[in-house]
Amino acid sequence: MTKIGVLALQGAVREHIQSLEACGVEAVAIKRTEQLDEVDGLILPGGESTTMRRLIDKYDFLNPLKEFVRTGKPMFGTCAGLILLAKNIVGYSEPHLGVMDVTVERNSFGRQVDSFEADLAIKDVAESFTAVFIRAPHIVEAGENVEVLSKHNGRIVAAREGQFLGCSFHPELTDDHRLTAYFVGMVEEAKQKQLA
Amino acid sequence: MRTGTDRVKRGMAEMQKGGVIMDVVNAEQAKIAEEAGAVAVMALERVPSDIRAAGGVARMADPRIIEEVINAVSIPVMAKARIGHIVEARVLEAMGVDYIDESEVLTPADEEYHLLKSDYTVPFVCGCRDLGEAARRIGEGASMLRTKGEPGTGNIVEAVRHIRKVNAQVRKVVSMNEDELMTEAKLLGAPYEILLEIKRLGRLPVVNFAAGGVATPADAALMMQLGSDGVFVGSGIFKSENPAKFARAIVEATTHYQDYKLIAELSKNLGTPMKGIEISSLAPEARMQERGW
Repeated sequence: MTKIGVLALQGAVREHIQSLEACGVEAVAIKRTEQLDEVDGLILPGGESTTMRRLIDKYDFLNPLKEFVRTGKPMFGTCAGLILLAKNIVGYSEPHLGVMDVTVERNSFGRQVDSFEADLAIKDVAESFTAVFIRAPHIVEAGENVEVLSKHNGRIVAAREGQFLGCSFHPELTDDHRLTAYFVGMVEEAKQKQLA
Repeated sequence: MRTGTDRVKRGMAEMQKGGVIMDVVNAEQAKIAEEAGAVAVMALERVPSDIRAAGGVARMADPRIIEEVINAVSIPVMAKARIGHIVEARVLEAMGVDYIDESEVLTPADEEYHLLKSDYTVPFVCGCRDLGEAARRIGEGASMLRTKGEPGTGNIVEAVRHIRKVNAQVRKVVSMNEDELMTEAKLLGAPYEILLEIKRLGRLPVVNFAAGGVATPADAALMMQLGSDGVFVGSGIFKSENPAKFARAIVEATTHYQDYKLIAELSKNLGTPMKGIEISSLAPEARMQERGW
């Protein structure tokens, strides 16, 4: 059975686990680096990116996560998770994992009072998808191999580059599991390739 | 595009889960908190133990302090308004505060009514001691709860009492038959619809943090073990000898609350924690937890 991890240092872990289970795969909360070996894909959840980064450093997750990327296994970053994936962050000289060829801007829609829900069209996923944006980042610039999956008011809010999937919003906060299912599809495809 | 929906307001608190929210009184403390890994800071004029010591009427903080903190950090900034003080709450909302705590730590402005929190775009957190209180606050539109504990005492006993009580009452509601819920609503003083929602979900519909008396990393871990979604630390951090170290230790103990060897390591040489207060030595009128209706 396909097994997908959710990095469980801080943030909306339970919701992602429920969403994965609703998609019919086994979900694991990842608290220790050695657990990464047992999963076929990984979700970096929403939360506070600064806090998650502190904990990633504290528990030496950075290199194991980069190693995970090198094995070709898919990763899906939502909100703070997208910030962790990005190669460039506006206003910061260093990225976190720095693996997905996008530039993101933090809190780019404003403060919490500006947080919102909107219905998006997401390529290959849904014609209308209710997306919850909470102090959300957006993708300012996407590299040439990045496929833009969705925009909101002209801003890129979901994209894929090979093994990486990233979105500004929180698919785990609604009962619509189609974007999670899309990621599960990526993981299953990658797993088949490795077996072949 | 829809702002201020329940999903957006409650969702914001969901992102804070497993984290620590720290009381700060200036930009410098806010930076120490952010650096230590806090998921948010609460901007205040005085921490609860100083409010307790100062006496008199405690009000919303000077907006200059809140502004200073907002400009100093990229994590969310919360601030406290007095219970029922519509204008303090609106002022905080207008300033772009990310979450308002309608808090019993401040002197109540209204001894009968709480704010109608569903009217606001900004989300609210409120204190609770039992499920009746928790459900009334959710009914008014609170998007997050915290145990009241007894603020500014450095004594965890009240927070423990409150989280155990709320969780026991939630378990009871979940196990009850639907035809028993109206009477339970009457007994608890809780809105019936909220109890129905709790039964359907099998848990509270909003995140519930621990607050009021967390003074050590072990206290923070204890509250997590008892089922809190995260921890507020008020006076504990910046009243300790080495705030930066203390703050980091609390954050780690909250994340790894079942890793006892780690908590032992974290707790070494932290210096003297804040001096605690025995609850029975507090006169009933000095107990902040009694505020709220």
